[in-house]
Amino acid sequence: MIWLDVLVQGILLGGLYALFAAGLSLVFGIMRLVNLAHGDLIIFAAFAILLVTATLGLNPFLAALLAAPLMFAFGWALQRFVLNRVLGKDILPPLLVTFGLSVALQNGMLEVFSADSQRLTAGPLESASIDLGPVTVGTLPLLTFASAVLVIFALNRIFYTTALGRAFRAVSDDPATASLMGINPKSVFAIATGLAMVIVTIAALYLGMRSNFDPSIGPARLLYAFQAVIIGGLGSLWGTLIGGAIIGVAQTVGAQINPEWQILAGHIAFLIVLLIRPRGLFPRAVD
Amino acid sequence: MPLLSTQGLTAQYGQFKALFGVDLLVEPGECVAIIGANGAGKTTLMRSITGILTNAPDQILHNGTPIGALPADQILQRGIAMVPEGRKLFPSLSVEENLLIGSQIRKGTGRWSLDEIYALFPILKERRHSPGTALSGGQQQMVAIGRALMSNPELLLCDEISLGLAPVVIRDIYAALPAIRATGAAVIVVEQDISRALAVADRVYCLMEGRVTLTASARDVTREAIHAAYFGAAA
Repeated sequence: MIWLDVLVQGILLGGLYALFAAGLSLVFGIMRLVNLAHGDLIIFAAFAILLVTATLGLNPFLAALLAAPLMFAFGWALQRFVLNRVLGKDILPPLLVTFGLSVALQNGMLEVFSADSQRLTAGPLESASIDLGPVTVGTLPLLTFASAVLVIFALNRIFYTTALGRAFRAVSDDPATASLMGINPKSVFAIATGLAMVIVTIAALYLGMRSNFDPSIGPARLLYAFQAVIIGGLGSLWGTLIGGAIIGVAQTVGAQINPEWQILAGHIAFLIVLLIRPRGLFPRAVD
Repeated sequence: MPLLSTQGLTAQYGQFKALFGVDLLVEPGECVAIIGANGAGKTTLMRSITGILTNAPDQILHNGTPIGALPADQILQRGIAMVPEGRKLFPSLSVEENLLIGSQIRKGTGRWSLDEIYALFPILKERRHSPGTALSGGQQQMVAIGRALMSNPELLLCDEISLGLAPVVIRDIYAALPAIRATGAAVIVVEQDISRALAVADRVYCLMEGRVTLTASARDVTREAIHAAYFGAAA
């Protein structure tokens, strides 16, 4: 029974990793931009939520609701004024710029918020649990996983049933021809990054309620997000959820065998998947 | 006032100069054919007009307004749409989505809607849920034309729409041209097939090595004049 419990906890943890990864996957899918600052942006959003809870005395969920539009605006401006300038045939400049952004964000947050560990307090929700017969699951992890499913479902709806999603796919296919349709690819990119930052805010909400965070932990979140995206296969959002779940399960299984093995087990699972399926489990994009 | 004119239009790719002072005139509702050998600058001219390549502002005028430096998305919004060479359908979009994206930014006022495109090319309605790139070459060309028409343009640019298609398919595609012109739209047809170009156009321009070597009425022009303009007088 203990292993069933480990499996369920792992899958639920995977929901958090899928939330880390969904924004990364969205941006990569549309503009082939690998945002190396993605993890730091999650931490940045967590501090933004913390700031709102502290100043307005709101609970983290309401604070995230307020922070989300601000993060959208931040993402939009970041794309519009910085990243759009370096996007092009050469993939190196945007990599360098987001790497620089990552370093700048970490140091900026260190300056403003100090190196102290912080936490978003969710009150009784933190310890609440639901009895599901053979296993008992925490309400918060369950909520995290449900949010991940909802986010990925919503993203898929946007992609395949809305005019915005049509523009996302067209621009991803061929920006020059999309511009012949009157679509400005750079405006579409700005909306996409704004949307990614809304997902980042949701990820930050659950990260901050689940564990401590400080300005230095962004890059590790980026790593989990990368692994989830690559295991799932580039361009597949549901694949990203499954990728997250695989990392999550590997980590909880590793931790069950020996608590020191938690992180390592996740990386080993990633390597095994890469060995068997180098293009991930559900690759969509051909390029 | 002409619908579109270029004045001394020059264009280059890095060090390579592709157009040397091209003067082009398109009146409202007119059909203009542009002919010329490979590398004559026909596609470069199209790319300049549609804003894929940017130029000095006053080298291209639309209703008297300089548009040479505008980006492609703003050119479309002014009512100039293009059927690009090689069709360039979006592989991630279905046939219907490929058509819908043509009117996503500019719907314009005019005849063309999804239903009207399906009436013009009935086969597309049957295949509307297929990926655009799963269609035959001729059907893909119909999608590309429909996609450009969806914005109800005043000026439609068709770049090599017969390239790589069987003669019978080309005939079907060109059969749509009278319906397009009946809406009052002006059309620029870039074509390597000279007799096809002369059959549909009011006027014809011949380009050679980035320069206009012939401007003539399509009805009156002689084979000899075209031959001289196409290959150079010495040929």
